[in-house]
Amino acid sequence: MSYHNPYTPPRKSATFDDATLAEIRRAAATGIYDIRGAGTKRKLPHFDDLLFLGASISRYPLEGYREKCDTSVVLGTRFAKKPIRLKTPITIAGMSFGALSGNAKEALGRGATIAGTSTTTGDGGMTDEERGHSEMLVYQYLPSRYGMNPRDLRRADAIEIVIGQGAKPGGGGMLLGQKISDRVAQMRNLPKGIDQRSACRHPDWTGPDDLEIKILELREITDWEKPIYVKVGGSRPYYDTALAVKAGADVVVLDGMQGGTAATQDVFIENVGMPILACIRPAVQALQDLGLHRSVQLIVSGGIRSGADVAKALALGADAVAIGTAALVALGDNDPKWEDEYQKLGTTAGAYDDWHEGKDPAGITTQDPELAARLDPVAAGRRLANYLKVMTLEAQTIARACGKNHLHNLEPEDLCALTMEAAAMAQIPLAGTSWYPGKGGF
Amino acid sequence: MPTFDLSSTPLRDLNSALHTLSKGANDTAFDVVNPRGAHAVAVGIDAPVTVEVRGSVGYYCAGMNDGGIVTVHGSAGPGVAENMMSGTVVIEGDASQYAGATGQGGLLVIKGNAASRCGISMKGIDIVVHGNIGHMSAFMGQSGHLVVLGDAGDALGDSLYEAKLFVRGTVKSLGTDCIEKPMRPEHLETLRGLLDRAGVTDATPQEFRRYGSARTLYTFNIDNADAY
Amino acid sequence: MCGIVGLFLKDETLRPELGRMLSDMLIIMTDRGPDSAGIAIYNAPTAGTWKLTLQSAEPGVDFAGLSEALASRDIPARVTVKDTHAVVETTAGVADVRAFLQEARPQIRIMGTGESVEIYKETGLPRDVVDRFDVRAMSGTHGIGHTRMATESAVTTLGAHPFSTGADQCLVHNGSLSNHNNLRRTLIREGMTFETQNDSEVAAAYLTAEMAKGKDLGEALTGALDDLDGFFTFVVGTKSGFGVVRDPIACKPAVMAETDQYVAFGSEYRALVNLPGIETARVWEPEPATVYFWDHAKAA
Repeated sequence: MSYHNPYTPPRKSATFDDATLAEIRRAAATGIYDIRGAGTKRKLPHFDDLLFLGASISRYPLEGYREKCDTSVVLGTRFAKKPIRLKTPITIAGMSFGALSGNAKEALGRGATIAGTSTTTGDGGMTDEERGHSEMLVYQYLPSRYGMNPRDLRRADAIEIVIGQGAKPGGGGMLLGQKISDRVAQMRNLPKGIDQRSACRHPDWTGPDDLEIKILELREITDWEKPIYVKVGGSRPYYDTALAVKAGADVVVLDGMQGGTAATQDVFIENVGMPILACIRPAVQALQDLGLHRSVQLIVSGGIRSGADVAKALALGADAVAIGTAALVALGDNDPKWEDEYQKLGTTAGAYDDWHEGKDPAGITTQDPELAARLDPVAAGRRLANYLKVMTLEAQTIARACGKNHLHNLEPEDLCALTMEAAAMAQIPLAGTSWYPGKGGF
Repeated sequence: MPTFDLSSTPLRDLNSALHTLSKGANDTAFDVVNPRGAHAVAVGIDAPVTVEVRGSVGYYCAGMNDGGIVTVHGSAGPGVAENMMSGTVVIEGDASQYAGATGQGGLLVIKGNAASRCGISMKGIDIVVHGNIGHMSAFMGQSGHLVVLGDAGDALGDSLYEAKLFVRGTVKSLGTDCIEKPMRPEHLETLRGLLDRAGVTDATPQEFRRYGSARTLYTFNIDNADAY
Repeated sequence: MCGIVGLFLKDETLRPELGRMLSDMLIIMTDRGPDSAGIAIYNAPTAGTWKLTLQSAEPGVDFAGLSEALASRDIPARVTVKDTHAVVETTAGVADVRAFLQEARPQIRIMGTGESVEIYKETGLPRDVVDRFDVRAMSGTHGIGHTRMATESAVTTLGAHPFSTGADQCLVHNGSLSNHNNLRRTLIREGMTFETQNDSEVAAAYLTAEMAKGKDLGEALTGALDDLDGFFTFVVGTKSGFGVVRDPIACKPAVMAETDQYVAFGSEYRALVNLPGIETARVWEPEPATVYFWDHAKAA
């Protein structure tokens, strides 16, 4: 008996897919783990998996453009003499001068100021440009303490003690030699051109009992004026929130794993931390258990892209959000107009993440003066302001449709979940039911 | 001379008084009694005042000092003179861990011993310790000088950048990327100046050895991975 | 995350003051641990007498008529009730009392046993805990205390320190272990039982298990340096003294002071400032990964 052997198409492994194979070859060829910028690229349960219910016969909506829906928020009301008052609950997350160009930092300050919100320094100190162009500036207090000094502490509007960030909870900073320019080196007191590794723990305290004393010191230095934020990556949000509060924080900043970074190991970005969707409810629960929800404010970040995301974060119990990656995109990061240059770098607009190499065609994540000059800080700041205003309007639109005269009156009960995963993580009932996994013994 | 008795006066009053000196104020000499291990004593000084602390203090005494002259007539807890910018801090007794952490300038003198992580992440401060220092001292030290008249504990100068370390006694072990370096005339001169500023009269620069960065970790190399 | 204090008296005339001195030290550490507090106090043993410290959530029920009930089982006992705790002093064996309690008063927890130790711990501010048990009035040869800021496990009486590690032994901890869940599973397989999800209880059980294998406390603590991962400063109470050990990184604070009259331990110097002669005491910080002991038996 004879038969014809039919054609079988080659089959690639799902486990060893093309990206995996390429990474194995890259590691074998270079002997170094993959370092990159930005946040996780994997698909995660996110705000997209939640929907608002809107008004109906039992709930009455507010009239857009006529009936007011307040968006203001006050941060730091617990102990600080001078809390921060924002017109919109969308803040700009910490990003360093060093990771970003001076023009990019200036643009962030300009955009935030127009929109009536705050921006934040990063691991590298405060520059005069960003202080000058930011009406409200949050000064980060990081393990490296690069550029840390009491004069900048006093001219800040708030202080953010950084314990971790969503892209790398438990990891330190990294700034590779290509970006250690003369000015960056001088601000950080480092030799030019070296690969700088920042510490992962603070040099002079460990744990919440010591943190309480550190917060006391910072308050005494700044005469109890400045709100003190404590920022953590999304890992154990219930305990971390409770401990930050016990240590004396005015504001807790919680960054989910979608949060970006200037540079760290890809294995860290993709495999450590929790998505923000899973972080908010435990953090809010901790605040509620302590009787301090809304008196200690909660800022959440990591993958916030639209007014819908903002409204959903607030409905889950946050007081405000922070954006990083989205703000950079508004400035011009990964803009297709530089496609030819992205191609030369072996990538494409929308995928460029080698922020640590300092060759950013958009002139944002670079210290190269010629590239940095491509970003007009005034125009870029205007784009950011526009984007912030659109997001605020979107959030208002949703809140009005839910009958709220203030964004903070959004509640978990205004939401339904599309997937079991989102229902479980956000503790929001699956659409059309009154049930979510983990409730009622299931 | 204003005197603050911390057994009856809130810490806030002391630090507030230190921060609100008017330009050209005459009363720039402060006395602090009964500190009893209190934290954050005399922090955030931003004027050329002198503060005499009569007793032992807790965490972060003279933190972020910028121009003050603070003397602790006792021992200091963790993080004394952390992130000092300028000025002088003298500890007559011992200092706990993290003494002079991340300091960017000024002079810290510890007449007794300093515990672990003395000068961690130092960024320009000069530290002179009459006694011994504990483990992991000058970890990731970026610049400035650490002078030790006694002995150093384990892992001295681990992951060091450009801070310069001088030890008269023994070093229990050197940290990763920290090596002994030759003492050249300019180092002897620098050391002489530091000893003079710290009021050290019973030591000569020739008795010290110099330690610094081997700079092998400055650029990542996979074959150094065991060192991380 | 916590505050630790310890006091070992060399001067016998100070013994009536031990409770008062330790109480003052403990209360100063409130900022480091406002959630719960505990104290282990050691007194000179009476030959042939054993002590069990008991705890109950319903002391009015569980401790009522306890000495009579024990006597009816031929267990001679003196029961002293202090708030939620009771100390049973008996010339019978500890095992007899334990068996009786398990059967007749199963709600009662045994906080510690031995010839000299009494352990008191409760939720609440250290000042309130000290008052509840009238710790100030207690005399003794040495003692250790702990104030807790709960990190990941619940704020409960049983989650408070000290944790008993065996007859006349207990442990307090400042820090955070990172391999305690696996270690707890291993110890459970070896027959240990646990009351809490607390990492410090695992450290205590580890020491108990190692000593059951024949190690002395010093050897068990040395083993802990290899087998426990994470950050810790431990103070362990023993019948005749106490020991101190810090992990090799040694970030969590520890200050010791010694004079002719005492050896004292504090998480911060503040805890020591009221001790007599502290101004001239030898004050130092314990080295990382080094086991220290102070022992009346050896000091005598």
